[in-house]
Amino acid sequence: MAEKLDKVDVVIVGSGWAGGTAAAELSKEGYDVVCLERGKDHSTKDFIGAKDELRYSRRREMFQDLSKETLTIRNELDEVATPHRSNETNSINGTDTGGSGVHWNGQIYRWLPTDFELRSKTIEKYGEDIIPKDMTMQDWGITYEEIEPYYDKFEETIGVSGEQDPLRPKMSRPFPNPPMKETATMALFKETTKEMGYHPYHMASANMSQQYENPDGETINACAYCAFCEQYGCDFGAKADPIVTVLSTARRHDNFELRNNSYVVRILHENGRATGVRYVDTQTGLEYDQPADLVVVGGYTFTNTRLLLLSEVGKPYDPVANTGVIGRNLTTHFANLTHLRVRGFFDDKKFNRYAGAGALGTTMDDFNVEQLDHTKHDFLHGFIIRSTQLGSRPINNNFVPEGIPTWGQEFKDKSLFYTNRNIDIQQQNGVLGWRYNYMDLDPTYKDVFGDPLLRVTAKIHDQDRNIVRYAHQKSKEILEKMGADHITVPEITDETEFDHTSLGDHTAGGVIMGSDPETSAVNNYSQLWDMENVFVLGASSFPHNSSSNPTNTVGALAYRATEGMIEYLKGDGGLLVEAKATKNV
Amino acid sequence: MANDNKTKNPSGDGVDPTRRKFLKNTGIALGGVAGGSLLGGLLVSQSENKNDSSSKDDKAQAPRTRGREFFARYEDFLVLAAATELIFPKDDNGPGAIDLDVPYFIDKQLAGTWGVNDDDYRQGPFDEKKVKEAADTANHARANRGQLFIDGLRSMNAESKKRFDVTFDEATEEEQGEIMTDLETGKLKMKTLPSDGFFELLKQATLQGAFSDPLYGGNKNMDGWRMKEFPGARASYADVIEEEDFVELEPVSLTDYQQNI
Amino acid sequence: MAEELEKVDAVIVGTGWAGGIAAAELTKAGHKVVALERGKAQSREDFIGAKDELKYSIRYHMMQDLSKDTVTTRSSRKDVARPVRNNSRARMGNDTGGASAHWNGVSFRWMPYDFEIYSKTVEKYGKDKIPKNSRIQDWGITYDEIEPYYDKYEKTTGVSAEENPIGPWRSDEYPNPRMKSTPSIDLFKKAGESLGYHPYHLPSGNMSEQYTNPDGETINACVYCAFCEEHGCDFGAKADPIVTVLETANKTGNFEIRNESTVTEVVHDGSKATGLKYIDNLTGKEYIQPADIVVLAGFVFTNNKLLLKSKIGEPYDPETETGVIGRNFTGHFSNISTYIGARGFFNDKKFNLAMGAGSLGATLDDFSGDNIDHSDLDFLHGYEIRYYHLGKRPIANNDVPEGTPAWGKEYKEKNLFYHNRNILVRAKVAFLPNRYTYLDLDPTYKDELGDPLLRVTVEYQEDDIKRAQHGVDTCEEIVKEMGADIIDRVDVDDNAEFDHMFYTNHFIGGAIMGEDPKTSAVNRYSQMWDMENLFVLGGSSFPHVSSHDPTETIGAFAYLSSEGMIDYLKGDGGLLIEPKEKKEA
Repeated sequence: MAEKLDKVDVVIVGSGWAGGTAAAELSKEGYDVVCLERGKDHSTKDFIGAKDELRYSRRREMFQDLSKETLTIRNELDEVATPHRSNETNSINGTDTGGSGVHWNGQIYRWLPTDFELRSKTIEKYGEDIIPKDMTMQDWGITYEEIEPYYDKFEETIGVSGEQDPLRPKMSRPFPNPPMKETATMALFKETTKEMGYHPYHMASANMSQQYENPDGETINACAYCAFCEQYGCDFGAKADPIVTVLSTARRHDNFELRNNSYVVRILHENGRATGVRYVDTQTGLEYDQPADLVVVGGYTFTNTRLLLLSEVGKPYDPVANTGVIGRNLTTHFANLTHLRVRGFFDDKKFNRYAGAGALGTTMDDFNVEQLDHTKHDFLHGFIIRSTQLGSRPINNNFVPEGIPTWGQEFKDKSLFYTNRNIDIQQQNGVLGWRYNYMDLDPTYKDVFGDPLLRVTAKIHDQDRNIVRYAHQKSKEILEKMGADHITVPEITDETEFDHTSLGDHTAGGVIMGSDPETSAVNNYSQLWDMENVFVLGASSFPHNSSSNPTNTVGALAYRATEGMIEYLKGDGGLLVEAKATKNV
Repeated sequence: MANDNKTKNPSGDGVDPTRRKFLKNTGIALGGVAGGSLLGGLLVSQSENKNDSSSKDDKAQAPRTRGREFFARYEDFLVLAAATELIFPKDDNGPGAIDLDVPYFIDKQLAGTWGVNDDDYRQGPFDEKKVKEAADTANHARANRGQLFIDGLRSMNAESKKRFDVTFDEATEEEQGEIMTDLETGKLKMKTLPSDGFFELLKQATLQGAFSDPLYGGNKNMDGWRMKEFPGARASYADVIEEEDFVELEPVSLTDYQQNI
Repeated sequence: MAEELEKVDAVIVGTGWAGGIAAAELTKAGHKVVALERGKAQSREDFIGAKDELKYSIRYHMMQDLSKDTVTTRSSRKDVARPVRNNSRARMGNDTGGASAHWNGVSFRWMPYDFEIYSKTVEKYGKDKIPKNSRIQDWGITYDEIEPYYDKYEKTTGVSAEENPIGPWRSDEYPNPRMKSTPSIDLFKKAGESLGYHPYHLPSGNMSEQYTNPDGETINACVYCAFCEEHGCDFGAKADPIVTVLETANKTGNFEIRNESTVTEVVHDGSKATGLKYIDNLTGKEYIQPADIVVLAGFVFTNNKLLLKSKIGEPYDPETETGVIGRNFTGHFSNISTYIGARGFFNDKKFNLAMGAGSLGATLDDFSGDNIDHSDLDFLHGYEIRYYHLGKRPIANNDVPEGTPAWGKEYKEKNLFYHNRNILVRAKVAFLPNRYTYLDLDPTYKDELGDPLLRVTVEYQEDDIKRAQHGVDTCEEIVKEMGADIIDRVDVDDNAEFDHMFYTNHFIGGAIMGEDPKTSAVNRYSQMWDMENLFVLGGSSFPHVSSHDPTETIGAFAYLSSEGMIDYLKGDGGLLIEPKEKKEA
């Protein structure tokens, strides 16, 4: 039997950017907040001297313990899904205090005005027929103008270092910090793309270009370009993460408590209202019920979706009947497609590739959704192109031009030679929702507590392949102009398919946002239509994945949701936004 | 202890005194007894000086510089050593896998949690089709990494004995290469997974041993990093990052780095 | 679906002494035999240089992988049984050669009294001497009948020993002289003699000299290297199945061991076994191996679990006292046997205790079986007194006199000082079965394949405690006589309960032999009464555990059983011996 604990105002699942931001704002307002984190305690002390590629990048120290829980994966509705068993090939989910927000790179983009009204604007520009059958493109129930102040707020909290993108709407004020330093490869990319008529600019970064104190009084140190950023906690407290910002802010208040090793297994509810959550202490195996007035589900996309399904909150999505919402519109930047890179090898140029930072790079929007005329292309949405300098670490960086053997003396010789003589150009494209790309509970496999795993059913569509092929051509043109002697373009065939290597760390959907409860699970305050005292934060609320990185949008929507929660707690309850039946989809 | 001495002893007499005395006392060395394949094998491998110039190729040979934690059977370790050296050989750039202690690195990795897939989801059923077809085949195998290595190395060795009448480590580089190519292209018969899946595991482990921090027992003297011009665990590149020209830096290990924090 | 393989004459579960002997005898007689071993392949090459206390003794490298299967245990019928989760509490063998690859080699015959324990007790003391809950019973065979098979086993394994001055008759000399002596062994023997007892050297399966057995297998001479128990022998100098019977079977060309093959079920048609179903651990594939006879020769837990799972024989029910499978579970339980006695600390004597061998030591039988008059004692049977010179390894041995602090400077000083100055004289105590010592299937916990774990229930009776306490007294008397300066009793508590430890590895019963199918599962040939072509070998067939190590008795019965199997295969089938109804049990 679960032990019933004392009631609090708010219980939050997860301590990453979504949960952490809510924790800070609610604690500041004086509410009693308990945050439940399935992973272990983490502080900046854990990251000092953690420059260990094997442990963090290969053995994936900071990722979810799959021995307890994982996902299953399949392509077709009539297929038996199989588990994602290992982080070895691709790691998906963060864990521990701060969640993925600790081991992210810090790459910051706002999403585009078009993203939030994608369906309306697409139809307005091209007519409804351009949207393929079974593509579940829809508006978010919010506009860029409405979300802009929250972008601004999140960027101030995390001290974004960057400059205005020449092709995007003018920001209401500049980023709080100047851009990061420029490396030789960034300069080369910038110079070349400018010559080609494009509009490169310094990628906005949550690694600090200088020491910074945010509006909550938290200090983030200046980045040392040490090259251990992605998959690592920052050695120097120089990357904005929840630990040094929002959780630190929440912790200044006695009314906040973070409980680690607390695996939430159910949202408890009665008569259509959540009463709290049930969790297991993974170190003792004891079960607890934490009652609360408000339940905030701020875990990763998979955690949020699964928790709702397990708790029977909201109506599960059924792709065949096309009913229900929970599990709908799974999208991801496919690791085996979207994130494939074009690589150039230089015989006469040598760069300091070992140095870098998570969000150090040059990027451009010339092929993004708003710049393209889609009547001329066999895909919708668009892509960014960028050249980054994350710091290339030696186990991972053994690239050789095509035609070189994969082992032996020549492999060794060439992989050593090109270690500091290769540059990759990345494209990242918008990924759109489809009727049969969704999540539900797996009928076969169970987690360590005996609950069903979450099942991901998804396929890659021609839309996805076409956009990447086109982007790779553009990347190749840039590398040619940059003077690369050999260029490797990844092969994309019609058989390139969603599989166990596809899911990356940008996965969205399942509890998506909108104005119509028929096609969305939450409103634009992330409040569940079906259970007004449950707020579901994070990328799970995105109806699609845009072409740039999601974190800034996660943070902005978390700030907006928190405003809604405070209003809700102060008022008499009820939905914060009126539901609208739309012809959306 | 005795083994350490042995590798430093250039005399060519590979049998260390302690062992020889024991053999004499128990009457085994002199008797040449039946059923002595254990000791027979022992004597052969100990008396044959691996650094002897008479070996067929000018290959680096498996060292006996450390104790083994995972590989109980020396024969398996010899195959491992030869295979890693083939993937990442000694050349003008610098040491190969053996001189970088890659085989010992893999031995220790397999003896730890990685070798038993401790962080992985291990509940059944395991899907046979995925083991054959998945892009990440080793992750779907029912056998754990330790078992995959044993199966893979013994399959390579068995194939070498069958094809060339010698163990894999005794085969010529050309013969070894033939087997490695079969392994890489999925043609070598293995029980636990298609051989290309094991090749990938073996290659990745080899590179990890060459390039991970020396604290794991490979990348001996940071020579892997030196060849790769990778400066290791350095606190800051703020002064270097904007340089137009390549800046060569001496590597720093975590052992050194962590002294100063 | 399980793939059905080609039929063989005999299929055997397990490759330890029981399975190994059956394999050797059957293949020598020309039968085709397949042995299924759940553990990995293991040969002498695996043991070369394996002198690693941490790996083998502390981390239990050679023991069963409990992540896949274990047992649950309880000390009262009223308790909920809990799983044995760690090898430090249960050292069950695994891999080729089973527990026999890492045994110590102690090679005793059991006593004439053992085989007719019920009749001889009643004859001498009357029926009332037998405690109410006791379920001692005759084995359906006498010492005289089993003696030739003891002799055969001793010759196969080259037992190195001197005559027990008060031992049972022997048809032949031991094949090898006793092991070397040491000053501490001499001291023990002298003390025993001066007290009027009859000490002698431990009979040993480590070789006192190089030996070739009747099958032509050579076992090398022991070098007293002190890595015997829990280790495979570095030098092929310990009789184990790998260097003897399995090698003999291999040479016939009629034998195949399949490793990593976990048997899940005895396939049968109700009256006859048709084969074994097993799963390949490495691939997960299921197979059925058909055979004319099926031999279960696993550890006691394996045999019982397979019978219960396969629904062969009637499960024992302690309440109704019906059924036989699971009945009379006994063993050398660590808090009342083997690890009890008296430890002597010597201030002026220092011994070479780092050296040793698995069965180096001395013993005395003056308190074993019915060698003492039980008229005035409140227990039956007795104990063996032993001084062991195994070789003290440094991690496991840190003994200090009672009253020494458990840590710190004084602890360290005494620990180091006494390391080679203390010896333990121990009592190996017989355990007699009672109504509430039994095995059945656990209602809660499951193994990796989803089958119930085997559940062990052991309720100690008063006489079990008294017998053990008597043993401690005798140990103390001897240590005193040896001249120890400090003597610490390793005592038995009046209220001792079964401690859920299985680390002596001597566990017995469940599918016991006898003359009456109502109270026994197998006959003297280890042939199942209920299924004539199924033979169940090993300690599982013994109605009780004597005061001595069981291995040689397992070996002797395996030889007798193999004779029966060969007869059975030659003949027209049927039971090899007629059952007798008996009143007494």
